[in-house]
Amino acid sequence: MKPSRLTLCGNWILERFPLTTLWNEHMAHYYAPKNFNFWYFFGSLALLVLVNQFATGILLTMNYKPDAKLAFDSVEYIMRDVNWGWLVRYMHSTGASAFFIVVYLHMFRGLIYGSFKHPRELIWIFGMLLFVALMAEAFMGYLLPWGQMSYWGAQVIISLFSAIPVVGDELSLWVRGDYVVSDATLNRFFAFHVIAVPLVLVLLVFLHIVALHEVGSNNPDGLDLKKIKQTGRRKSDEEEEEQNLKSNNPDLKIMDSIPFHPYYTVKDLVGVAVFLLFFATVIFFMPEMGGYFLEHANFIPADPMKTPEHIAPVWYFTPFYAILRAIPDKFAGVIGMGGAIVVLFLLPWLDRSKVRSIRYRGGIFKKAVLLFVISFLALGYLGTQPATPTATTFARIFTVIYFGFFLLMPLYTRWEKSKPLPKHLTYQPSLEERLPVLIDAVNEMIVITPVKLEDGTVVNKRKPDARGILNVITRLAIRLKKSLD
Amino acid sequence: MKNIKTLILLFAISLGVQASEGVALQEADFDLTDNASLQRGAKHFVTYCLGCHSIKHIRYLRIAQDINVDQKKMLEDIAPEGASIYDQVHSAMNAHDAEKWFGTQPPDLSLIARSRGADWLYSYLKGFYIDKARPFGVNNVVFEDVGMPNPLWQLQGQQKPTYQTIEGKKTIAKLILEEHGTLSDKEFDRVVNDLVNFLVYVGEPVQLERKSMGKYVIFFILMFGVLAYLLKKEYWKDVH
Repeated sequence: MKPSRLTLCGNWILERFPLTTLWNEHMAHYYAPKNFNFWYFFGSLALLVLVNQFATGILLTMNYKPDAKLAFDSVEYIMRDVNWGWLVRYMHSTGASAFFIVVYLHMFRGLIYGSFKHPRELIWIFGMLLFVALMAEAFMGYLLPWGQMSYWGAQVIISLFSAIPVVGDELSLWVRGDYVVSDATLNRFFAFHVIAVPLVLVLLVFLHIVALHEVGSNNPDGLDLKKIKQTGRRKSDEEEEEQNLKSNNPDLKIMDSIPFHPYYTVKDLVGVAVFLLFFATVIFFMPEMGGYFLEHANFIPADPMKTPEHIAPVWYFTPFYAILRAIPDKFAGVIGMGGAIVVLFLLPWLDRSKVRSIRYRGGIFKKAVLLFVISFLALGYLGTQPATPTATTFARIFTVIYFGFFLLMPLYTRWEKSKPLPKHLTYQPSLEERLPVLIDAVNEMIVITPVKLEDGTVVNKRKPDARGILNVITRLAIRLKKSLD
Repeated sequence: MKNIKTLILLFAISLGVQASEGVALQEADFDLTDNASLQRGAKHFVTYCLGCHSIKHIRYLRIAQDINVDQKKMLEDIAPEGASIYDQVHSAMNAHDAEKWFGTQPPDLSLIARSRGADWLYSYLKGFYIDKARPFGVNNVVFEDVGMPNPLWQLQGQQKPTYQTIEGKKTIAKLILEEHGTLSDKEFDRVVNDLVNFLVYVGEPVQLERKSMGKYVIFFILMFGVLAYLLKKEYWKDVH
């Protein structure tokens, strides 16, 4: 049979471009561990949000004016007069916050399952560079609406550079392009936000994924997965070693793993749906998110003559902002804030544990992670609040815990005893499989009791039951305590 | 362990203390679907506010369409003399004069409901009281040393504060109507709520459309979610 014209066209391309190889290498023949859980959705979601930011960002630049006199009004013009402008703008502003939520959860996954450990150190480094680039992107983007918080937030953060000895003043002047945040600053931030940093982001995402696909994905058990012959029969260790040497053999696949496509593409679609549900709820019903995603004071045009009473950065910067304010000396504060990020880069070398996953680590690490999460959230909250003496004291305590978690890690991860690793990936009930248990717990807490109405009919009413609630809480507490051992 | 518990408790207490600062606001009672209220609010705004404050981010045409008034009626009844339907809602006062009279240019109110909130606007408009020390003879409970007169004094009348001393500090206990205006309490309350309603609408004209559209979007995503879930189930059948 003669091939159709379409096939011929396709072949013409395939003879000149390794499309099939690329697709197979990164999707159809990329083997991923089969026990990915809830935490593994956030990588693909981060990519989705990135695409959302690009698409909506491009649309916004079509009507936005990077000019100190026009910027604020042009945003309102987009919100009111541009067709669908409000939707595009809310998708972009909500997307910024969603990006950080997704990325923080993605990083947390790496932390608890030891995805940063050998041989994935470079993936972690690229990821951290992505995080820094993302913070730069968000910070510069936040100046563009030219509201009061945009202006004064930028003013405060850029003035931090002036705390650096000797070159500080010159440096902050160089960053601003003026003695105060002004039109010059707005223009250069626009340039960085729409082209320079996005290019860096795309490049880093590329490197992050290439590095990941070179060494393969980690798994919730933190096991090293060996290559085995596709027949399923496991081989002796020597045979395996030999096979590993010529790993390009198409007969080989990785044990306990499944092709990324179609298994994880369809699974990630479910994650996308759940994410979009939250995302759309915020966009359509609470775009300001109570002043956390869009700050109230940012609806007032920037006024260089009027400093707002209380300057707070957007929520995703507040943990680091709280650390900055907790340290009494300005320069030391800047070092502390920078150090809080730098220390994350060092994670692969701070952790001395033999096992990767939190599942097989000792109790000290689990408790340390819990303390770290509490201190990170608390710092995040404190960063949004005015710096009262009590708040500052607490911020200092949590700052110490934050740094303690990382800097003491070489000690406590070396000391603690890890549990024996299983031979194969383990399987834990997924979220949907836990649903019946959750429903049972709810039924235990809210008991149906028949109530007799005045006219004699009996109605079943749901009432919270004190003993049931106590039971459920005790069970949870016992489980929490057990899981921390 | 005990120390940690004390710390957590202290932390919780300090949060509670922080939350209770500031003047308590009265709750505004407004309804964005109430076109009659929005129409009254628009008229009140033009009568009592537009003299000094613009709402330049919206046009008469948009207001007319959104609050269901035909264009002719908009120009005759609501918009000031000489305005065109395509005009943005500008104030007639020029910046130079404003600076001379008030010391500052009265702010544009397009986004005031978004920066201050409806309850603050309501409390503010009802919170003027006599204070002879101020240049316009009035002060405000939620905006100390406010730089403008009470625009609604003819309707409301004049309020006088009664004081109480809390922790050695003289604070306003409540405001008492000393001199009655042309409206009763209830009628005046309606005027203020209509104004707040209108300003909330002007803050984000698309908000009703946004919410009603949201329901369909959520429904669509739910349907997509169900399909995606079934697809995943089907593909993962053979993974053990």
